[in-house]
Amino acid sequence: MKIFLPIAVMTVAGLMAVPALAADKTAAELDADAVAIIKRDFRDKGIAKVERVNQDELQAMCTKYLDNPPAKEAERLQAEQEKAIKWPADGKYLGDWKAGEKLAQSGAGMTWSDKPDAPAGGNCYNCHQLSAKEIAYGTIGPSLLHFGKTRGNTEAMQRYVYGRIYNAKAYNLCANMPRFGHMGILSEAQIKDLVALLLDTESIVNK
Amino acid sequence: MNTSILKNAIFVFAFAAYASAAMAEGSASDEIAKYREMISDGNPAEFDEMRGEELWKKPGGPNKVSLEKCDLGKGAGVVKGAYAELPRYFADTQRVQDLESRLVTCMTTLQGTAEKDITAKPFGGDNYKPEIESLVAYVVGQSKGVKMNVSLKHPKEKEAFEIGKRIFSYRAGPYDFACSTCHGKDKQRIRMQDLPNFNNKKDAQAAYTTWPAYRVSQGMFRSFQWRLNDCLRQQRFPEPKYASELTINLTMFMAVNANDAVYDGPGLKR
Ligand code: HEC
Ligand code: HEC
Repeated sequence: MKIFLPIAVMTVAGLMAVPALAADKTAAELDADAVAIIKRDFRDKGIAKVERVNQDELQAMCTKYLDNPPAKEAERLQAEQEKAIKWPADGKYLGDWKAGEKLAQSGAGMTWSDKPDAPAGGNCYNCHQLSAKEIAYGTIGPSLLHFGKTRGNTEAMQRYVYGRIYNAKAYNLCANMPRFGHMGILSEAQIKDLVALLLDTESIVNK
Repeated sequence: MNTSILKNAIFVFAFAAYASAAMAEGSASDEIAKYREMISDGNPAEFDEMRGEELWKKPGGPNKVSLEKCDLGKGAGVVKGAYAELPRYFADTQRVQDLESRLVTCMTTLQGTAEKDITAKPFGGDNYKPEIESLVAYVVGQSKGVKMNVSLKHPKEKEAFEIGKRIFSYRAGPYDFACSTCHGKDKQRIRMQDLPNFNNKKDAQAAYTTWPAYRVSQGMFRSFQWRLNDCLRQQRFPEPKYASELTINLTMFMAVNANDAVYDGPGLKR
């Protein structure tokens, strides 16, 4: 994806005065130092254990290439992510849009202040506009207002949305959206409720 | 002290009422701007600054000495303008330090306080206000109006900046987030909160020069280490060690990006 290009340009233009590298260390040495410091300077708190800073292959690649990896490598990893998607065994994708709206509103989950047994929310409104009624929405992701109305509610579309929520990285390797199914944040039933929120003709997203 | 608590309560109440009425119109930072106008230049952080100045000047710790010999980088005892040049390399400790790690150095070496007694609970809570937080308020207040001038001359300073830049874009954890997920593009929001893009000089300047800050929603003064700690919580990371090299390097990255702007803290935030 090319959306990070403007940032690279801006960094060069805006911070020109900053020398590119420390005098006595190579870029690779600085990379290694950064990782060593990250592994050393965190501690467990609540459910957030230090193991969380260990990267999987995808996270390491997106970090290394500042979210703009070479196409060949990206394709390989993206295909792996797609293969790992667990599709619903019953072949159904649509749940209850009202339950989906509740999930979309909740920003809870996975922080050290969340209780171990407290269910995670979807955080969707943190990043997306969804229903016209909710004006407190974020803009890290695109607007999903009237998503089903404009994209249709075909089975192919349902499968696409299920997959996107399950693992956004199967569609765009370094997308800023979490991998809700892949990382075990949301269950199959919860993802179906969210698919309904986006696609059900009765859903407030499509009003 | 009672009046200050009462005043704090009034500030919080006024903001809550005001923000909920006006929220429909714009982002949270628009509302803070209006709120600031409404309370016309008052900032409850002034109480923390006053307490901090007292703590700085009075004998303290097991050694019963004041912090007036503490060197924040411009010479022993010089507080004026010191924050605008931090983080920086210190020859005595042979490392780059931000304000809070430097205060820890002074409190341990001059006053004889054990480091763990400072770092175990460095952030305020209900009925608890650590000394280091008020000291931060005092020191940063003494740089108000001073141009940010953080140096990259020493190789260790350059290194801290370069490593900080790398940590800023390090993606990990259950959500695959990095700092840059939320702070790497222009004009992004989480819900109604505007997110400064720290790769953009203007944003970095505006954000950095208004921290540390009094947070209206919490009714409390918050240090820069607190800000990093709470963002890493939202990043779904584990907890950063207080005043660690990790946090100092991140701070160095943002501080350098804010250079040439006039420091305007302590700020007033949502
Ligand atoms: C941290 C930010 C973030 C969160 C949280 C988030 N998203 Fe996203 N979402 C994005 C971004 C960024 C994109 C664009 C993806 C890309 O660049 O490929 C996106 C894309 C999408 C798309 C594809 C849109 C299209 O045009 O095809 C869907 C569907 C979607 N998100 C649904 C959701 C749902 C449902 C949730 C909550 C469970 C959610 N998102 C939570 C950031 C987020
Ligand atoms: C998941 C989202 C998220 C991530 C990841 C995140 N932040 Fe933040 N950050 C926020 C939000 C939201 C605010 C505004 C908070 C508020 O208004 O209460 C903020 C505010 C800030 C501010 C103060 C800006 C101002 O203008 O007042 C700084 C500095 C900051 N973040 C630095 C960082 C750093 C450094 C990291 C990584 C270690 C980071 N953030 C990671 C969401 C995030």
